[in-house]
This record gives sequence, structure tokens and C-alpha cells, in this order.
Amino acid sequence: MQMRRKQKKLLVRILVSGALLAGAYLTEKLTDLNAYVYLPMYLLPYFIAGYDVLLKSARNIGHGKLFDECFLMTVATVGALIIGEYPESVFVMVFYQTGELFQSLAVDKSRRSIADLMDMAPDRAVRVTQDGEEEILPEEVCPGDTLLLRPGDRIPVDGVVLSGTGAIDTSALTGESVPADVGPGDRITSGCINLTGVLRMEASAPYGESAVAKILELVENSSLHKSRSEHFITKFARWYTPAVVLGAALLAVIPSVITREPAVWCYRALIFLVVSCPCALVISIPLSFFGGIGGASAKGILIKGANYLEALADVKTAVFDKTGTLTDGRFTVTQICPAEGITEEALLHLAASAEYYSAHPLAVSIKEAAKEPPAVPDRVTEHAGFGLEAWLDGHTVLAGNVGLLTRESISVPETETAGTAVYIAEDGRYRGHITLGDLPKQNAAKTVRALKKAGVKRCVMLTGDREAAAKETAAALGLDEVRAQLLPADKVRIVEDLCAAQGKGEKLFFVGDGLNDAPVLSRADVGFAMGALGSDAAIEAADVVLMDDDPFKIVTALQIAKKTRRIVRENVVFALGIKLCVLLLAALGLTSMWIGVFADVGVAVLAILNALRCLKPPKT
Amino acid sequence: MRKVFRLEDLDCANCAAKMETAIASLPGVNKATVSFMAQKLVLDADDASFDVILAQAEKLIKKVDADCRLVK
Repeated sequence: MQMRRKQKKLLVRILVSGALLAGAYLTEKLTDLNAYVYLPMYLLPYFIAGYDVLLKSARNIGHGKLFDECFLMTVATVGALIIGEYPESVFVMVFYQTGELFQSLAVDKSRRSIADLMDMAPDRAVRVTQDGEEEILPEEVCPGDTLLLRPGDRIPVDGVVLSGTGAIDTSALTGESVPADVGPGDRITSGCINLTGVLRMEASAPYGESAVAKILELVENSSLHKSRSEHFITKFARWYTPAVVLGAALLAVIPSVITREPAVWCYRALIFLVVSCPCALVISIPLSFFGGIGGASAKGILIKGANYLEALADVKTAVFDKTGTLTDGRFTVTQICPAEGITEEALLHLAASAEYYSAHPLAVSIKEAAKEPPAVPDRVTEHAGFGLEAWLDGHTVLAGNVGLLTRESISVPETETAGTAVYIAEDGRYRGHITLGDLPKQNAAKTVRALKKAGVKRCVMLTGDREAAAKETAAALGLDEVRAQLLPADKVRIVEDLCAAQGKGEKLFFVGDGLNDAPVLSRADVGFAMGALGSDAAIEAADVVLMDDDPFKIVTALQIAKKTRRIVRENVVFALGIKLCVLLLAALGLTSMWIGVFADVGVAVLAILNALRCLKPPKT
Repeated sequence: MRKVFRLEDLDCANCAAKMETAIASLPGVNKATVSFMAQKLVLDADDASFDVILAQAEKLIKKVDADCRLVK
């Protein structure tokens, strides 16, 4: 384990003083020397282990700070020395320092493991100039520079591939292990690793504005947004310590006067002082949330603060944007309805040929769906807002909406379709229509099911699409409610209403693509932006950023939130429970200072170990 | 003005909480956050007296934990 200099020094002090303590204890038990001989033997390890605690507390008395943990530890151990409990006094000091060392090692470890998870920072870039290649720092890259990427290189800044093809590993950013293929013209994101080919890229942003720098900053700063639990516990700590110290004072004075056995009651009061430090609680809560946020970021889920992670565990209402969130956001041919006398394939081929020159999204999807290569039309006329007219081998083909055909007084049978339809006529005769829809994403239905299982009561979809298309998607995904034909402003109002309709302590999240729903994202208790790789706007507006567009990541985020909250609660109950038990036992005289120091330092260490579990995301 | 500072050798979580409370109650401070995990202080204070406030904050930090150092 890596140790800082300060930690190494403390370890040596603990080992030396521990050995001296054992020696002193054996001498006391095995020989009948008097106290004047073995007291110095105890004092030596006491000072070796605790000199900095003593110095610090002396300084703090000067500042009038009486409830400082160093001061309390000093009073407890000096008190024990005065009433003649030498080995216990020294042991408490040695064990206290062991706990301190362990705490700082554990915190360092969790900081380091998060740094490892976030190991995506590029350390160099290779710039290609007229004079050749030069190696520079990522911060020195200027937009417009041509950079060379060899296999294994980390992409230093955001940019566009100029030449070369290859596969890039995006796992550091998205958690996705399948490499992405790239070629000239493709945008590539900093922080990813070039796996195979040699690529030349043009930098489009300086390092500071590239995705990797923004992500690192976001995760670094996430611990500045503190959770409600953390605020609660720091407030609690402010009262806990003085209360326990007051209890100790009362315990030392009142029963002593009544029973005239001051040594017994002072010893019990000293145990109070040993357990008066709230450290176990105060440290374990932010550490748990920090771990949860770190574990999530390894999965491509960036959470901007502990408060959001905490709120996620209470989500009861899930609100989704439709296009691009639950659906692919692209049109796919869903239904081919040929008229009599023509086959499905022939109709599709006819439509694809007529649309040969068209770049309209619907046309592109139809051409993709056609199996045979389309024929090239002789001539095409566009009818804006309706569709187009093409001449194919002497036949006139119309492809467009109902209006295009009725304009030419071609009768079209009435149909009820959910998606958008393209109608086709040939030589003045209706030949059929093709329905295109925006299909749900692969994981969308699974996501909704898993959310409901995780306790989400209400799943709502908002969309600007037509009612019929929206209802069909909602039914396929098992959503509870759908609101269609909305304007962006309507979405904000609906999210506000849904928030107001919730019970106390219940939370709502909204998932969108982060491009045009920033106001909704900020209005929701937790705003998710999806597929944010390469979208600055989304990273700005959202509370939680999903690096790719797999909706199931929402479920993972929820599971991490619940696990983190469980661990936080375990720690609070465990630490407080043990401390209260020890206080009670101490007041009744049923425990010793040995147990007291365990309740302080041991509990802190156990709580920290428990908190470190947050780093590991739950299995799905 | 809002500025972020690194806190070196901030070794105790409760101390971080105490520093935060103390700095936040200085006159002229809009918001102060001390993160134990990130070892950082975020100070949001009036522009005119920022340097004075920062010096006071540094003193308060030393008072709570003499080993802790604010890196400017």
C-alpha cells in the first residue's frame, strides 16, 4: 500500500510505542517493582504515540476550543493516568493513533481508486506540422491543429478524423466495451483510446473545452454538492460532542459526591470522553457518496453531486422524453401495405426508386429498407410539402402524403396508422402505402419494467409527436401515461404539475437528450441527459449525465443510489448504536476503556470499510 | 467571486465541517464549502474584500487544524 511520509512516520510511532507498551505491561505483571519504576516505562510509549495529540490540544485550549477530539483524547488519557490506569491510558492513545492512520489510509485509497476509475486524462498529443511531427502537451493543442494518433494513443482533444480508419475504445467514458469504428469525417471524443489504425485528426476544441476535461472537472467537483444526510450529520455532530462531554462531567461529579467513590465514577466518565468523537459518522457519509459517484462514473454515468445521488433513491415518478430517449430517433419502415396487384417488395422497390435522389429522412429510411437496388428515375419533380413525382421507364410515380394523391384526384382508401405514412401511386392508380415509425430502443421496455420493480410508481412519456404514434410507443413500452403534441413550454408545466402531485419526500426524474429540454432538466428533482458524449449543452444542463444512449443506465444509476443510501443508513445506525450502547454500559460500570476506544476508533474503521463498498456498482 | 482552493493535509472529516461553518459565518462570505473528499475549499465572497476574507479563512483553517495548508 502506498503511504505518504506523514503516514509512514505515524506507523513507526505506533509500532514502537506498541512494543514499549507490551514491554512495560509484562514488566509490571511479572516483577514486583513499584510504580516509580514502571510509570516512566508507560509514559515513554504514551508520549511517543501521542505527543502530537497533546501538542494540538494544548494549542486548542489556547483557542478556547474545548470540544476538539484531540483535547478530549488528552483529558481521557491523562485522567486515566491520574487514577492509576496506566496500561489502559497508553493503549487508548496507541489505538486511537492506529485508527487515525487507518482512516487516512482508507480515505486515500478511495480517492486513488476513483482517480483510477477516472483514468482517462490524456498526457500528450502529437502535432503534425510542415516540419514534421512534434510531441506536445494536450493543453498546448490549438483548434485547427492536425494531430497524429497511433494505435494505443489516447485522443487528446475533441476533433474530427481527417484520414485513416480504425476502431476506438470509448470504455473510459461510456463504460461500453465494444469499440466504435471511425473513418474520415467522424467526430471523435477526447479520452477515448485509438486501438488499431493510424489516424490523423483535426482538433476542434482546446483541451479545456474538450469532453475529457469537462468530465474530470464534473466528477472532481461532485463532492462539493453535499447530501442532506451529510448536512444532518455535521449538525448532529455539533451537538453530540458537547452533550457527551456534559454527560461525562455530570457522571464524574454527582455520583461521586453521593457514593464517595470518585475513582470509580471518574473512570466511567473518562470512557464517555473516549466515545465522544463523532468522526465515524462524519467521515463515512461523504465517503459513501463519493464511492457511489465514483462507481457510477466507471459505468459511464456522471452524477454531479451527492445530493442528486441521494434524491435518486427516492424517485417515484419517472418522466421520459420520447424521441431519442426511449426511441432511436430515426424512422424505420414498420409496415408495407400494398394495394391489389402488387407485392410488398415491388411496392418498396417502386417507392425507393422514386425517392432515388431524395435526402428526406423518410426517403433515406425507405431506401435503407429496400433489398434490391433502386432504379434510377429519368426525371424527378419535387412538390414541396407534399412529396415528389418521378418518371421511371415511362411510368409516372407519385410518392408523398395523402394530399399529393388527392390533388391528382387519385382515390386513397382510408387507413388508420400510428406512424407517418408515404403513399404511392403509379400512372394515376393508388399502389399502396408504407408506414414508418420511430421504433423504441432495444432496452427501453426492459428499463421501464426494471424501474417499476425498483419502486417507481408512475412512468410518464412526454412528446411533441402525434397522439397515435405516441400512444403506440407508450403501450409497447408499458408506460403508465403519455402526453402528446406538446410544445417545449408544455413539458415544463407538466413536469411542475407532476412534481406538485407527489407525496412528501418523493422525487421525480426527467430523462431527455439534453439538447432542447434544458428548462425541463433543471425543473425536475433529478435531470438526466442522455447520449451526452460530445454534447456540451447536455453536460451543462443535467444533474446526471449518461455518456451513451442506453436507457438502461438509468436503472443502474437508481440501483447505485439505493445501494449507497443503504450503506449510509447502515453506518449511521451502526455507529450511533454502538456508541449509545457503550455510553449506557459505561454509565452502569459494565465496560472498560478498552471497549470505549473500540467504539470510537474501531467503529470508524468499520464504517469506512463499509463505505468503500459503494465503489463497487451493484450487479444487474 | 467564486474561487476553488486546494487544502493540503486535511485529515479529519469533522474538522472540514468545522472549517466550513466558521468560514461561512465570516462577514462578506456568500457561500463556503469545504469538501473533505475532494480536499477543496470553494469560497464565494464579495469581490471587493475577497483577499481580506481569504486571509481570514486561512487563519480559521489553521485554527481548526494546524497541519492543514491552503494552496493558492
